[in-house]
Amino acid sequence: MTPKISARDVSVFYGANQAIDHVSIDVTQDNVVAFIGPSGCGKSTFLRTLNRMNDTVPSARVTGQILLDGEDIYAPAMDVVQLRARVGMVFQKPNPFPKSIYENVAYGPRIHGLATARADLDAMVEQSLRRAGLWDEVKDRLSDSGTALSGGQQQRLCIARAIAVDPEVILMDEPCSALDPIATAKIEELIHALKGRYAIVIVTHNMQQAARVSQQTAFFHLGRLVEFGRTGDIFTNPREERTRDYITGRYG
Amino acid sequence: MVEHTVKAFDADIGQLRGMISQMGGLAEDAIGLAMQALARPDPELAARVRADDKAIDAIEAEVERLAVRIIALRAPMAVDLREVVAALKIAAVVERIGDYAKNIAKRVPMIASTNEGGDHRIEPISLLPSMARMASDMVRRALDAFAARDAEAAIRVVESDAALDDFYDSIFRTLVTYMVENPRTISQVAHLLFVAKNLERIGDHATNVAEMVYFAATGTQMADRDRGGANFEDKR
Repeated sequence: MTPKISARDVSVFYGANQAIDHVSIDVTQDNVVAFIGPSGCGKSTFLRTLNRMNDTVPSARVTGQILLDGEDIYAPAMDVVQLRARVGMVFQKPNPFPKSIYENVAYGPRIHGLATARADLDAMVEQSLRRAGLWDEVKDRLSDSGTALSGGQQQRLCIARAIAVDPEVILMDEPCSALDPIATAKIEELIHALKGRYAIVIVTHNMQQAARVSQQTAFFHLGRLVEFGRTGDIFTNPREERTRDYITGRYG
Repeated sequence: MVEHTVKAFDADIGQLRGMISQMGGLAEDAIGLAMQALARPDPELAARVRADDKAIDAIEAEVERLAVRIIALRAPMAVDLREVVAALKIAAVVERIGDYAKNIAKRVPMIASTNEGGDHRIEPISLLPSMARMASDMVRRALDAFAARDAEAAIRVVESDAALDDFYDSIFRTLVTYMVENPRTISQVAHLLFVAKNLERIGDHATNVAEMVYFAATGTQMADRDRGGANFEDKR
């Protein structure tokens, strides 16, 4: 399968500091890929290069190539707003807009001009909330504020918001670290349901979570991609000693 | 290997490994003592071997409890997971080895009773202790390989099973010849055939242990090899 995202020899610098060191990796459409590694290993930095979130950090500099369907996302002609609609993102802390549940989801399609008629927008909101597994819980209070929901519901609202603009890739940066185990299980179930429709990349500190939700796992250490392989192999028989030491809890 | 950040994890794994070694030691002793009881013959010693088998069973149950606890509480990964799974399976196999030794011990009074008043103590009984040493040696080397996490040593154990199978074949032939020539000895020799078969099975189980050691150490199954040891009966 041709890769959805193909990173070629990517390095990231924050000023003189090199955060990512020549990383190459392919993400295919049909997979959930997990990035694991100790704090400061560069996994979140690398994730953020995939939709140019690092552009907002003035000192950040990216070298190498990141191709989305073969197209260089750092090319001058690339429309960053359009790119972030194609490559959506969900963050560690749920960050709904201080607006109604409906508006949280409708905002993206509206500004991207995906729907103008009210009926189309309604349908889009419902579909997104359904895909995010939130519809049944909120359908009778769509005009309530998004911030009034529970943490787990807020996170699923953020996923619905990301889905609403019909992205191709969803990046998740520790989406469950602020959630309780039940809300976490719902997000994981949701990731499973979304798999195949979207290419999904998830950064997580919870190795059990990486093992549960992903088909492929990438282990980062000191800005390098140490090992990338099938999740089942990484967690039962990793090739690299550093991977083994990390996942078995022997890390320095 | 580097220690776990959580030291209690190392303590748990260490305890698990210790229990496997202890079981292995008891199983080896049981084989040796059962054969002593057979050769002398010494029904009292045989009775003790049968009674001592309970200790092996008890440790196996303890290994199961600890392994399940480690899986539940520590969520072992990679080499740790393989080691816990291997320990669970090895404990079950060593328990079976203990059962074979017990079965040999059980036959000691029966063999003695078939020989009451007569002096039909047959000569091939002298071959069995050598075969037993070979089988017991395989058990010891398989467990040493586990203790050392030594995949190469595990391969050597598997390879030596062919010699034990050959030994069994030759004892089988000798005993059959003996029965043909001396029909009065048939019931006694039939028991000895079972003893030889038990020893041959102990070798097979030591081979299983070695295969698990190899898996735990390398993460891959030992390549299927022609062990060349399809024994006499199987060839028919």
